[in-house]
Amino acid sequence: MIPGVSIHEILVLSSILFFIGVYGFITRKNLISILISVELILNSTVINFVVINKYLFPDILEGMIYGIFIIAVAAAETALAVAIIINLYRKTSSVDIKETETMKY
Amino acid sequence: MDLNSFFLMRHEMILLGIILLLIVAEIIVADSKKSSIVNLALLLFGIHTLSGFFPLQESSLFGGMFRSNDLIHFFKSVLNLGVFILLLQAADWIKEKVVENDRSTEFFILLFASLLGMYFMISAGDFLMFYIGLELSTLPVAALAAFEIMQRKSSEAGIKLILSAALASGVSLFGISMLYATTGSIYFDQIVLGLTETNLSILGFVLFFTGLAFKISLVPFHFWTADVYEGAPISIASYLSVISKGAAVFILMILLFSVLKPLMHIWENLVYGIALATMFTGNLFALRQQNMKRFLAFSSIAQAGFILLGLITGTQLGTTTVVYFVLIYIFSNLAAFGVVQAISLKTGKENLSDYEGLYRTNPKLSLVMMLALFSLAGIPPVAGFFGKFFLFTAAASKGYYLLVFLAVVNVTISLYYYLLVIRAIFLRKGTDPIPFFKNKLYMRLGLIITVLGILILGLYSPLYDYIYQLSAAFK
Repeated sequence: MIPGVSIHEILVLSSILFFIGVYGFITRKNLISILISVELILNSTVINFVVINKYLFPDILEGMIYGIFIIAVAAAETALAVAIIINLYRKTSSVDIKETETMKY
Repeated sequence: MDLNSFFLMRHEMILLGIILLLIVAEIIVADSKKSSIVNLALLLFGIHTLSGFFPLQESSLFGGMFRSNDLIHFFKSVLNLGVFILLLQAADWIKEKVVENDRSTEFFILLFASLLGMYFMISAGDFLMFYIGLELSTLPVAALAAFEIMQRKSSEAGIKLILSAALASGVSLFGISMLYATTGSIYFDQIVLGLTETNLSILGFVLFFTGLAFKISLVPFHFWTADVYEGAPISIASYLSVISKGAAVFILMILLFSVLKPLMHIWENLVYGIALATMFTGNLFALRQQNMKRFLAFSSIAQAGFILLGLITGTQLGTTTVVYFVLIYIFSNLAAFGVVQAISLKTGKENLSDYEGLYRTNPKLSLVMMLALFSLAGIPPVAGFFGKFFLFTAAASKGYYLLVFLAVVNVTISLYYYLLVIRAIFLRKGTDPIPFFKNKLYMRLGLIITVLGILILGLYSPLYDYIYQLSAAFK
C-alpha cells in the first residue's frame, strides 16, 4: 500500500490505460502498434488485479498470482503475434494494416 | 490428496502423454517414413477417444481449481469424438500437403495442445484456471490458422485471429478484475455467494462476457469469423467452428447457470438481445456468400444464435438442450466441412458455382452434403430438427414466445440459403462440373461416421434422457 495514494487514483489510472489501449487498437494503422495497444490493455488489468488485492483483500494473494499469470500469457501471445506478423512481412514487405484486407465482408 | 485423485485428470494426462510421445516419435522416425506419424497420431487419439467413455468419479482437485463431474466428463468425450472425426477428415490433406514440408507432427501437437486447453477450460473451478485454459485453447489455433506459410491469406487469417483474441481476452480480464473487486475471490464457489447486483459487478460481467462471446463468435464480436475461416486450412476452420465453439458454449453455460446466477435478471436481457442480433446478422450475411467456407462461417454464426435460445433459460431443460444441440451440431457441421475439404483437396475449388452439377458426377458426396445441410437447417427426419425443436421448447417453457417466433423466422431464412447450395448441387447442370473422384479410406470413414451420427442421434431418445440425468448438477 502506498501512503497518500488511495485506491481510486490507481483505478482511474488503470482505466485510462485500458481505454488508451482500446482506442489505439481501433485507430492504429500499423500491426506492431496494434500489438502495443493490446499490451496496454493487458497491463492495465494487471494493475487492477494487484491494486484490488493490495487495498481491498490483503489477506490472500489471489490477485497477485493472477497478475503473474497474465504477464506470462501476454508474453506468449506477443511472441506468437510477432511471429505471424513477420510471416506476413515476408510476403508483402510491409506491416501495414492495409495488407490484411484481401478478405472482406 | 493422494495419487489416486490425480486420475480425475485422466483425459488431460493421456492427451499430454500423446503429445510427448509424438515429440519423441518426431525425433526417432526417419525422414522417409514421416507419413507413418499421421497413422500413429490417429491410432493414439482413437484409443484416447475410446478410453474417454469409461466413467469417472465426481470430485475436485487443487483446492477447487479443477473440478469434474459426469456432465463435464461426458462433454470431454464428445469433444474427443469431434476431434477424432476431424483428424480422419484431415488425414489425407496432411499426408498429401503437409508431410512433404516435414511439418505434420507440429500440426498434431498444436491441435492437441489446443484441445488440452479446452479440457482445462471446461473443468475450471476458478477464473485463473479458466483464463489459462482459454488462452491455451486459442493461441495454438492462431498458429494453426497461419499454418500454410506460403500463402498470404493464411497469415492474414492468423493475424486477424490472434489480434482479436488478444483484445477479447484483455477486455474479459478487465471484467474479471471487477468481479474480483466485488466478491474478493476468484473461485467460482465463493463468487456465487458474494455476488450481488451492483453497478460494478454488472459492468464486470458485461466486460467478462466479451471474451467468451468472441470465442463463440456472437454478433458484436463476429468480424474475425468469416475471414479466418476463409484463410485458414479447412480442417482448422472446421475445428474453430465446431470444437472451439462447442467448448466455449459449454463453459459459458456453466458460468451463467451456476456462478453468475445472482445476476440472472441482467444476463437474461443481454442474451436475449445478442441472440436476436446474432441470428439475423448471421443469416442475412450468409445469403450473399459465394465462397463455401465463408458461407459455412456465417451459417455457424447463425447457429450460435440459436444455441443462445437454450442458454437464456437457466434451467435443467436448458442445459440438456444446449449439450444435445452442440452434439448434433458437431456431427452436421463436420459433415459439411468434410465434403468441402474433400472437394478442395482434389480440385482446389471452393466456390458455390463450382458445385453445380455435383450430383451427376459425385452422387455419394452430394448426399452427404444434402444430409448435413438439412440437419443444419432443421428438416424433420434428420437430427438437426430435434436439436432445434428442443432448444425452442426450452425457450418457450420460460415464456419467451416472441424470441421463439423470431427464431423460427430465422430458420426460414436459413432454409433458403441452405437450399441454394442443394439446388446448385442437384438441379443445375453446370458448364464445368467437378469430375468424379474417389476418396481415400480415412476421409470416407470420417464422412460415414458423421452421416451415421446425423441419422441416428435424432431418433435415439435414450441419449437425450441420459444427458438430462447428467445435467441435474446445473439447474
